[in-house]
Amino acid sequence: MTHNLVLRVVSKTLIPLIIMFALYVQFHGDFGPGGGFQAGVIMSAAIILYTLVFGLDAAERVMPPMALRILASLGVLLYGGVGVATLVMGGNYLNYTVLASTQIAGQHLGILLVELGVGITVFAVMLIIFFAFAGRGRR
Amino acid sequence: MIDVVINVTLLAFLAITAVAIVRMTNLFAIIMLYGIFSFLSAAMFVVMDAADVAFTEAAVGAGISTVLMLATMALTKDHEEKRPAGHRPWLPLAVVIVTGAALVYGTMDIPAFGDVDAPAQSHVAPYYIEKSIVDTGVPNMVTAVLASYRGFDTLGEVVVIFTAGIAVLLLLGGRRRKTAAENRGGEGNDT
Amino acid sequence: MDFIIGHYNYWIVIVLMMVGFYTVINRGNLVKKIIGLNIFQVSVFLLYISIGTVSGGAAPIATEGVELYSNPLPHVLILTAIVVGVATTALGLALVVRIKEAYGTIEEDEIHKCDHTL
Repeated sequence: MTHNLVLRVVSKTLIPLIIMFALYVQFHGDFGPGGGFQAGVIMSAAIILYTLVFGLDAAERVMPPMALRILASLGVLLYGGVGVATLVMGGNYLNYTVLASTQIAGQHLGILLVELGVGITVFAVMLIIFFAFAGRGRR
Repeated sequence: MIDVVINVTLLAFLAITAVAIVRMTNLFAIIMLYGIFSFLSAAMFVVMDAADVAFTEAAVGAGISTVLMLATMALTKDHEEKRPAGHRPWLPLAVVIVTGAALVYGTMDIPAFGDVDAPAQSHVAPYYIEKSIVDTGVPNMVTAVLASYRGFDTLGEVVVIFTAGIAVLLLLGGRRRKTAAENRGGEGNDT
Repeated sequence: MDFIIGHYNYWIVIVLMMVGFYTVINRGNLVKKIIGLNIFQVSVFLLYISIGTVSGGAAPIATEGVELYSNPLPHVLILTAIVVGVATTALGLALVVRIKEAYGTIEEDEIHKCDHTL
């Protein structure tokens, strides 16, 4: 598919929009429908589109497999780390109230960080899975 | 009235698509129909006021799942299900019909769809609906429950996804092993 | 009539569940079996969301002047279940690919034949 001009041009304009939409879904999840799970999947869909149009080698230069493995672990660590932080600051595990001076601010900060962790992990794992399948076809 | 009509039509479409998937043998058509099935179920979730769920189903079920299934089809180079001669589907059909009848009998006692006073609506949910905006300041109750009240649960889910990613990497990430057919030709050196 | 409309959702859910179940237990192609599992899974999602629906309720996003909301709890459970579902589907498909590489087929009865001749 690397020589299909229409696909290349259209996907080049679409991919930034998809990524922006994913970020919107990620950070607007508190107020409208959305959150880390959806944002991660949409973000990985952008890279999957890139892979389908420009090939696996180009996509692996954009998203090196090693970086994806680190990102996947980083998301889980961020989530667990917020829990440990609340423990250290004197609350229960994953009780975000202690993170900031007021309850509302603490909960906001906690939910934001936790959703970010979810988003990063889902994004990285979906791409790891897709690259594993795509790489299998390459001899 | 109009929502009942939409509800009935969408569910009927879902059932028809599912039956078509079972009856078909062309794998490509089956996978495409599964994408349609996912989109229909996402529409169904919107009708039932579950915007977040519909969002996820449309992105995941119709997007990622379909891509992965197509990748599998390309890797296995198998485009048609073979129906072995002399295979009788009567036993599985009987099992399915008996199970289904038992389940339908079970629905007789379930409160009607959309019942405001159903037991499911009267225990934890009112607390979430009243208190989530006061406790967390987050208007989207689904996010509040997901990340705050049930944060521990979600941590478990994230770990499950992470583990599945590692498992796929273990199964497919390494070097490709020779297939059985290729092995018969040369020496079987397994890596 | 009210009884039929009130329980129609559950009956279709059961039909979908049984269609998925049949695809899984009827001998056949492994990719098709995984699609059957997915249909089963979606039917469970529909069951949960149906139980959480309140007629006349709004989507569970707090808005001024809205009193009646749908139950947010099933939405949370199913939201995470969908993403976990795709991860486990990917795992199943990865197993299918490995089975194809080891046996040269993904038809269940041919795999059984291979096992018997060994």
